Amino acid sequence: MKYWTLRLFNDRISIQVSMRWLLTVAGWLAVVGGVFLLSLSAGSNWIPLSEVFKQLTGQIDQHTFVVETLRLPRALLALLVGAALGVAGLILQSLVRNPLASPDIIGITSGASLGAVTFISFGAGVISMQYLPLAAILGGLLAALLIYLISWNKGVTPIRLVLIGVGLSAIMKACVTFMLVMSETATTTKSYIWLTGSIYGASWSDVTSMIWWLLIPIPFLIVFGRGLNVTEIGEDFSVSVGIRVQLQQFIFLMCSVMLAGTAAAFAGGIEFVGLMAPHIARRMVHRSFPGLAVVTALVGAFLVIIADLVARTLFLPLDIPAGVFTAAIGAPFFLYLLFRYRNQ
Amino acid sequence: MLHSPLVKWIGLIGLFLAVALLFLTSLAVGQTAIPLSETWEALTQYDPDNTNHLIIGTSRLSRAVISLVIGINLALAGVFVQALTRNPLAAPDLLGINAGAIFFIVFAITWLEVSSLSGYMWFAFLGAAIAGGTVFFLGSLGRDGLTPIKVILAGVALTALFVSFTQGMLVLDEQSIQTVLFWIAGSVAGRDMDMLMSVMPFLLSALVVSFFMARPMGVFSSGDDVAKGLGQKVGVTKLILGLLVIVLAGGSVAVVGSVGFIGLIVPHMAKSLVGNDYRWILPYSGLLGAAILLSADIVARIIIAPQEVPIGVMTALIGGPFFIYLAKKGVAKK
Repeated sequence: MKYWTLRLFNDRISIQVSMRWLLTVAGWLAVVGGVFLLSLSAGSNWIPLSEVFKQLTGQIDQHTFVVETLRLPRALLALLVGAALGVAGLILQSLVRNPLASPDIIGITSGASLGAVTFISFGAGVISMQYLPLAAILGGLLAALLIYLISWNKGVTPIRLVLIGVGLSAIMKACVTFMLVMSETATTTKSYIWLTGSIYGASWSDVTSMIWWLLIPIPFLIVFGRGLNVTEIGEDFSVSVGIRVQLQQFIFLMCSVMLAGTAAAFAGGIEFVGLMAPHIARRMVHRSFPGLAVVTALVGAFLVIIADLVARTLFLPLDIPAGVFTAAIGAPFFLYLLFRYRNQ
Repeated sequence: MLHSPLVKWIGLIGLFLAVALLFLTSLAVGQTAIPLSETWEALTQYDPDNTNHLIIGTSRLSRAVISLVIGINLALAGVFVQALTRNPLAAPDLLGINAGAIFFIVFAITWLEVSSLSGYMWFAFLGAAIAGGTVFFLGSLGRDGLTPIKVILAGVALTALFVSFTQGMLVLDEQSIQTVLFWIAGSVAGRDMDMLMSVMPFLLSALVVSFFMARPMGVFSSGDDVAKGLGQKVGVTKLILGLLVIVLAGGSVAVVGSVGFIGLIVPHMAKSLVGNDYRWILPYSGLLGAAILLSADIVARIIIAPQEVPIGVMTALIGGPFFIYLAKKGVAKK
């Protein structure tokens, strides 16, 4: 296969670009763009695509409220959340060298849920709701740190990381349930909708603040990305080519948590996207991190925006959390993967 | 570890007494503390005019009985699951059985408008069977058979699927959230004795079958090939163990909702006490399970009085760290 390698800053950053990659990215961009437009036009009030175009380009302004205030931020947030979840999953799978890992399975998402529900139950009246993302990210970070520390025994083995994640996740879920039962009905319902994963009521301020949060891990990924390819081969190999394995593992884990925690903060527990997106992406392009990450982000964005579109149009006028649909596709997919990798 | 049969018998009697004492304590402790002597009187010579007796008769007795029975069930279900999967990290809740049963109960309530207790029970059995069967099947695929990591991952995925569907149904039907939330959280408080009574015939028959399984399980634990060589019909053993798990775990969920981790912890405790002989493991596990659930319930009642911690939360807070300890110790590698 023909590809070009882009090297910058003394080979510190290297990115492989192939024809196939360019075509795949173009294809996904078209698909995601299509669903994006569709999700601007669909809903309880259908707006023809032609009018959506006109509205976006400023030729008419009769749909300003529906398109620009309600649907546009929601669609954008779906894209961001999906992309973040996909890349978080990709990092984790490469790191753990297990195709079945994802932030929701090893407990990072439960940590974020605990952070958010604690915030809703105790902080809602006192502190402004705009700090909810911070609580979720902190919860995710704490969970990841705990999982990492407990799994540490002269290094961290992937299986131990997953098992301990499962155990810790059970404890955190118990705490979440505890708070749900303790709080009043109104708070319970609010927390519940959040937990199932919904981008209902997304606003422009959500979109901008999510972008700010996502900007933190991206530089790290660009700088350290090439190390992830090597990590996939094995620890011994990584050591022998001069990579500080534990330090890198730690940085990658943190990046994955930042991405997953941010996504959880804005969209609640949308599960299985972090699992599915990397698998779909790997089937299509070369296994080199930066290129793979771009495709994974696009696939993840596609999964979440389509899940949200289905969730809010299928049972009109009811708005079902998108998380129900990602789980409906994702869990069978996971079971299929389990079947496929049965001999590993 | 207790070695000689005599010591094991003494230990068993001691455990039995401990359970009896916890049972009485569970009747005595609560918002109104009742002296043990009066608790005893309430059981032996019940006086409907005495307020304390009334409290015990109307609310605390059913609670203590449910904790006792369900504790035994959950522990035995754990022993059977671990024997069936030959996996020290298995438990009904980790295999998605609880989530499956709850999903089917909530489905029956919100969509099929089932409201009879026996209806809930059958849906719980159905859900337990579907979830357990799927996880067992998926986990046993592949050359190396049932590895702990595969079984647990399959369980986690199936749990996520069922939980997310349950949540979806609840979002659609906000009225039922408070009604079914206790099933999700797990609770022995305010539960109807009727529910226990409709499940009881199944639980009792499972209990009877259990005690005939002690010897076959011992043979089974040495591996499929050895068990076949010794003349055991391995398929039949697996089927019976599977059915026992479904009835014990599914029935428990129908009564108290999702109470996890008893099934994980207790078999380990029993094995560390009496070794690998299932004739001892089963009775020890039953009593230990009852003791743990009774104490968890007592603590849940007093720790943040006047409010209560759901029992499922209590057991997860005790059991989660234990699971982590087992995972860290590396039992999964065996």
